[in-house]
Amino acid sequence: MSTTAEKPAAPDSEPGAAGRTTAGKGHAGAGRPPGKARKVRRLTRRDKLVLAIMVGLPTLIQLLLVWLPTLFSIALSFTRWNGLDIKDIKAAGTDNYRFVVQDYPPFWPAMQHNILWLVFLALIATPLGLLLAVLLDQKIRGSKIYQSIFFTPVMLSLALIGIIWQLFYNRDSGLLNYLLGTAGTPRAVDWFGDSNVNIWAAMVAATWRHAGYVMILYLAGLKGVDPSLREAASIDGANAVQTFFRVVFPAMRPVNIVIVVITIIESLRAFDIVYVINRGTNGLELISALVIQNLIGEGQVIGVGSSLAVILLVISLIPIVFYLSRTFGKESKA
Amino acid sequence: MAANLDPFQSAHNAGPGRRTILKTLGIGAAGLAGIPLLAACTGGSGPAPGASSNSLTFGSGSSDDVPKNAYKAVTDAFTKKTGITVATNVVPHNDFQNKINSYLQGSPDDAFTWFAGYRMQYYAGKGLLAPVDDVWEKIGGNFSDAMKKASTGPDGKMYLVPNYNYPWGFFYRKSFWAEKGYAVPKTFDELKTLAAKMKADGIIPIGFADKDGWPAMGTFDYINMRLNGYQFHVDLTAHKESWDQKKVSNVFDTWKALLPFQDPAALGQTWQDAAKALEAKKTGMYLLGSFVTQQFTDPTVLADIDFFPFPEIAVEGTDAVEAPIDGLLLSKKGGDNKAAHDFLAFMGSAEGQNAYAAVDTSNIATVKGADTSKFTPLNKKCADTIANAKYISQFLDRDALPAMANNVMIPALQSFIKDGTVDVKNLEAQAKTLYAAQ
Repeated sequence: MSTTAEKPAAPDSEPGAAGRTTAGKGHAGAGRPPGKARKVRRLTRRDKLVLAIMVGLPTLIQLLLVWLPTLFSIALSFTRWNGLDIKDIKAAGTDNYRFVVQDYPPFWPAMQHNILWLVFLALIATPLGLLLAVLLDQKIRGSKIYQSIFFTPVMLSLALIGIIWQLFYNRDSGLLNYLLGTAGTPRAVDWFGDSNVNIWAAMVAATWRHAGYVMILYLAGLKGVDPSLREAASIDGANAVQTFFRVVFPAMRPVNIVIVVITIIESLRAFDIVYVINRGTNGLELISALVIQNLIGEGQVIGVGSSLAVILLVISLIPIVFYLSRTFGKESKA
Repeated sequence: MAANLDPFQSAHNAGPGRRTILKTLGIGAAGLAGIPLLAACTGGSGPAPGASSNSLTFGSGSSDDVPKNAYKAVTDAFTKKTGITVATNVVPHNDFQNKINSYLQGSPDDAFTWFAGYRMQYYAGKGLLAPVDDVWEKIGGNFSDAMKKASTGPDGKMYLVPNYNYPWGFFYRKSFWAEKGYAVPKTFDELKTLAAKMKADGIIPIGFADKDGWPAMGTFDYINMRLNGYQFHVDLTAHKESWDQKKVSNVFDTWKALLPFQDPAALGQTWQDAAKALEAKKTGMYLLGSFVTQQFTDPTVLADIDFFPFPEIAVEGTDAVEAPIDGLLLSKKGGDNKAAHDFLAFMGSAEGQNAYAAVDTSNIATVKGADTSKFTPLNKKCADTIANAKYISQFLDRDALPAMANNVMIPALQSFIKDGTVDVKNLEAQAKTLYAAQ
């Protein structure tokens, strides 16, 4: 997760430090401000101390809270352990992975649901957020109020969202069944209990939040687009739709990349809402929920839980590496 | 039993509000902070009978209103009698169970609520509990041999002081059955006939809820015991018997005949929801533990409730009854606190259990000589059912490895409820791996 963040972050986040350490090595990023680097070169003892703390402390925290647990998880995924006594740890080879893939029935549904979640967010929730942003970016009355309304769910935890949506989805007394006229009858849709529909119900509830998040990011992006671009487009005779898709949207490239990554990460870390509904069972399996099921609580099987966590880590690394290499690879070229 | 696994429910329930929990946690923490000092005063190790401590902390997973108040009545009575103060730390039921591993390894309360069966023996075997043989010397005469056996750890020492247990059975409304002319079924075939009749009458014959995953285990346990006997239940949950055999698939095949009569909405509702449906006469009967009666707050409804044992199928008639035992344990740390031993001894006396039972009437006190004068006919029937049973089983999730019950059986039973299929070969494959990891 952070290997890639560490290396490229050094040159441009700490211009002083970068100048000092990489001056003369001909690093691409350090070549630009040679004059500045010479001035900052003389560091007092206090500067060095401050720098050491500023670099050292975060590194230490990283190491303690991210790297060690990650490495431990990877190591534990090759053991059998009940989580109680260190003495009980036994080597297991790749048995846990074989177990997860072959014998653990919820695993493959969980994989499918994670993919479904990603596709749903990417095709429905994110475009919806974009649409909201574009609409609210117009000069309409009360735009700020609408923005606040759409953004409110983002500030709520997904657990709370699960509870709110229960009011819509409840089989006997929920709003949806009431509107469908099926409340209290055998035809009532069991939105959270029927495994054919509950994943969709959960995704709609997650969209309610995700769209607001995407909206805010795009609103910021739209504000950042140079107005002269739009003027130029309208002088060239482009209509609103053309202006948006040919000019404005491509100009928001940095925001678009952020959104893509956020959407992928949101779909991978989706957890709270399914856990609130039924602890991620009966049609709502997600890898994150399986990790928790196996790592925490009475049904603790550290080896199996760890191997699930490692699988999730490997999957998460793909978009993260992609994102970091895109952003930082481009900047070092510039 | 897991009384409240539903996060929504706990939000609806008047249960402990967040402030109350924070407050009790605060008190608990203050109490915990005091313990090392006390232990230091008395020199620490061993049951330290001479320790002059006059307070203890008590971790309670009984967060539903009725049992919560009942435990409060117990601690109040204890404080009144001995002058020892008890700082009670109520944690939502489900959280308490889920965090038990880290709880016992961290800084647990001195005494805490827990269950008999494998779930107790497992932690005793790992050395996380303090034996209470000294307490049993005092209270031993108050209990039957079956209770004593259920309180014994794998090393032969005593670990649990039982407070109450409760039978599982089919609960129904007497007036409703009288009105419709239904009769209590004695055999499984009669049960099916009755269920078919109810269905024809336009009601759901058997109330059922399995959103939380565990309630379906009761049905599995009963069919298993009625088909294969009590000993098979014990051996199967201990994984001395394979899951991949005809006897197990027979259980599911037999159950399949009942599925069409069980509430089709089971997977979306909690046991509390299903209790409401029984109260509203939407369902004809409901297989659950007698704690279901906690939900009937209307006294006329409560007086209208009766139950019958799970009908006989093949082996042992209705000799075995599922009646999980709840009680108190001492954490390893609590073993050093004399006051905590006193508290457990109080729980094992008729006085302590009467204090509890006066508030929570849905359970049956386990101590001999407990006050039965206020028993309702239903209480009496529950008590008799337990007393007359040849075998008393714990619940599947108490007799089996927790990982097996939670990670394997919950999804397996839920998918069985959904489509009536189950892969016993896979159950055995998972059991093999999980039991080997322990």
